Amino acid sequence: MKKQNNLNNTQNPGQIHDIGIKRGAGRLSREKIASVLEKLIETEGGARLSAYINTCVHCGLCSDACHHYLSRGCDPRFSPAGKVKQTVSTILAKKGKVSPEFIKRTCEIAFTECNLCRRCQLYCPFGIDISYLMLFIRRACHLLGVVPQYIQDTAHSHSATMNQMWVRDDEWIDTLQWQEEEARDEIPDLRIPIDKQGADIFYSVIGPEPKFRPQLIYQMAVIMHAAGADWTLPSAPGWDNSDMCMYTGDVEMTARLKKVHFEAAIGLKNKRIVMGECGHAFRSVYDVGNRLLGWKMPPLPTVHAISFYSELLEEGRIEIDHKFERPVTFHDPCNIVRGRGLHETARYIINRVCKTFIELEPNREHNFCCGAGGGVINCGPPFKTKRVESNKVKADQLAAAREKGAEVVIAPCHNCHGGLEEIIEHYELGMELMFLSDILYECIKKK
Amino acid sequence: MDRGNNWDWEPGKREIGDLAAWSGRYDMVYAPCVSPDGENIAAIVKTGDDEWSVCVNGRTWDARFEKIWNLMFLPDNRLIAMVSDSAVWTVAIDGKTWDNWYEFVWSPVFGAESGRITVAAQAGLRYFAVTEDTPWANDFNALTSLTTTRDGQTSAAVVQHGSFPEADIDKFQEGYFTAALNGSAWDSCYVNAWEPELSEDGRHLAAAVRTSIYNYTIAIDGRTWDKTFSCVWEPKFNPKDNSVTAPVKVPDGWTIARNADPIWQGRYVQLWHHMYSPDGSRVAAIGAPEYGKWTIVENDRPWRIRFKDLVTDAVYSPAGDRIACVGKSDGKWHVALNDFIWDTPWDMAWQPVFSPDGRHAAALVEKDGKYTIAVNGRPADITFAAAWQPVFSPDGGRLLIKGVLPQSMGGQYCRYVLKTENVAG
Repeated sequence: MKKQNNLNNTQNPGQIHDIGIKRGAGRLSREKIASVLEKLIETEGGARLSAYINTCVHCGLCSDACHHYLSRGCDPRFSPAGKVKQTVSTILAKKGKVSPEFIKRTCEIAFTECNLCRRCQLYCPFGIDISYLMLFIRRACHLLGVVPQYIQDTAHSHSATMNQMWVRDDEWIDTLQWQEEEARDEIPDLRIPIDKQGADIFYSVIGPEPKFRPQLIYQMAVIMHAAGADWTLPSAPGWDNSDMCMYTGDVEMTARLKKVHFEAAIGLKNKRIVMGECGHAFRSVYDVGNRLLGWKMPPLPTVHAISFYSELLEEGRIEIDHKFERPVTFHDPCNIVRGRGLHETARYIINRVCKTFIELEPNREHNFCCGAGGGVINCGPPFKTKRVESNKVKADQLAAAREKGAEVVIAPCHNCHGGLEEIIEHYELGMELMFLSDILYECIKKK
Repeated sequence: MDRGNNWDWEPGKREIGDLAAWSGRYDMVYAPCVSPDGENIAAIVKTGDDEWSVCVNGRTWDARFEKIWNLMFLPDNRLIAMVSDSAVWTVAIDGKTWDNWYEFVWSPVFGAESGRITVAAQAGLRYFAVTEDTPWANDFNALTSLTTTRDGQTSAAVVQHGSFPEADIDKFQEGYFTAALNGSAWDSCYVNAWEPELSEDGRHLAAAVRTSIYNYTIAIDGRTWDKTFSCVWEPKFNPKDNSVTAPVKVPDGWTIARNADPIWQGRYVQLWHHMYSPDGSRVAAIGAPEYGKWTIVENDRPWRIRFKDLVTDAVYSPAGDRIACVGKSDGKWHVALNDFIWDTPWDMAWQPVFSPDGRHAAALVEKDGKYTIAVNGRPADITFAAAWQPVFSPDGGRLLIKGVLPQSMGGQYCRYVLKTENVAG
């Protein structure tokens, strides 16, 4: 590895300029802060908040679970318990009577120094969910109007367009038709069915697919075609399953987004939802948004692409034409592995399709976060250097796999791709990133 | 518009089209649809390299296009599609295109009682609606959630009025979204506007709006209620007096409010898709009285039955004295009528259809890939490879069933007229 962290260099805590944080905090007074926080604690900070705060014995076992802490020379400010102490605990101890400067720093910690990856929860003897506590702080920041600019802009896009990339209704449909046209050069009778009533599968993606990675829609269409799947995508909003509002603390918008997503599938009379390769979207659809709306589970069966690919392979609906030659390693995305337990399912696919599989160490539910998740990468360019410096352990982990021969990193999650791309570039690892659909598209028998 | 009085209601079966045979004539056949009267079946067909047309009852439209989508019959039995030629788009009706072409057209909406059609359109990155080939007088930075009245004379949508710099979060929160009625936007703009709803006479427009990123309320003709909520859903006009109600979230749960004041005492975990009986005397909604338990709530009284997964497709009978809906529990779909669940669970069920006198209800249902019609809970003896919503005759005495027979029975699209008394449970 050529580059090393110089933690005395740039982007130390509190020194990053973000107009969402700066202007937001500039509009605050101590009275306003106290009023908002007191109400929040009273109305939303129930037994769960108290139990977590009062149970923590500051044993420090969470510290070694955190990639921020490990990557920053074991600086205690970056330990999970340390982040809680600097934010929630202080707010509770002071009964919300904190300064705008405190809120600025709190915002930066909650939004950019914690990926809500829940690895620390795994190592906590009491299972304290630090991500819940950081989300509580993000909720406070949302209510105070102090949110990093880029992720707030994404939340605005969600509210105006029901997708995270400001994609207009016509642009979405045009992209589907364009990808269908492209794919027909390869497979003449391929279809990307739009608004098909009664189709077995409602396929939903995240906003960046039509905006930046339309080939993923193309590839999934080829996989669906090869499998003979009865599938569709909606023409209307509801096609984007992603949700940055979940990470800005705007739970009301999360609820609206998930309503639109589920009702798009329900309205088309589709029997189940298959989601593309995204982790946070799965968390929003499968765990958070459905429950905000009053559903214990998603109202329709909902699976991540990993489960779907595995099903196609197990049932023999797609066949492998040739194995992927280059040695691969696999990055377990937090939201679908710690959050949903799909690690062995992913390995089943990789072992079926790839010739040489080299594990990252640690792996499965112990894998380190990509550093992008939890909306951290959506906080944008101001925090880029901080992000990569906060995940040197990820670079070390990837480099170790590379030393064993891994050339390709498979990551079935868009945000993971964003984070890992930055790390691979910054630490000059020279590895290629791929989605599972990239591999499957290359290796299956096309019909 | 003919409401079925002149349709063929003579009991019996007629073969209309042979979809299987079409597949031998064209390289691709897809997106079949049938007319409300069941007399026509149409599909998009590939007629050559990058050349597409529409086949109706075995006859191909003369016109050829580069792309076709959104093929559908209107309530007046006209067949429409969004079609593209030379990379511009328009609407084709029964094979004849509108005079005006745009960079894109989508989201067709039509008057349920007239078939008069409106689509969303984009030209030069400006957005507007087009009704029967006549564009709105004004265009906007963006347009979504297009809707129209039952007579199709009035259309409305959410529009973006003006532009704001990319990633300028402060500008965005000043408010650039509003609703437009027949192309005229309200004077007031909001942070967001959603779910526009027209009064039956098309004279009034309501929408859910966000006046800041924290405050939700209802706007009617550009004026908001005097209170805000932490969330609201789609507003509705009472057909009796044009008053507006909406589900609103208050501190202890969801309820229904009129002019910002709750009119129901009950508080629910969730409450949405409220609807009025045709005379406006009753209001019902899909609700969850308890977490994860779904039902119909009418006039603030929940039904006794509960569904674990969801309730959808609620509909009042024409007289307003009955409600039917679709519910799902443990992965199985059910039809429910007035607080009773029909016996048979299904793999899928569509919105029930009432007879004009309200005595009967029928629903398209599917199990193991076989479609049939259940009438008053009793499945018909015949099953199809594909089928569409049934239609009762104006006197309710006949039921029109439209379906494609399984390949083992020939694969033809057939139109059946049955005596209701013979199929009703």
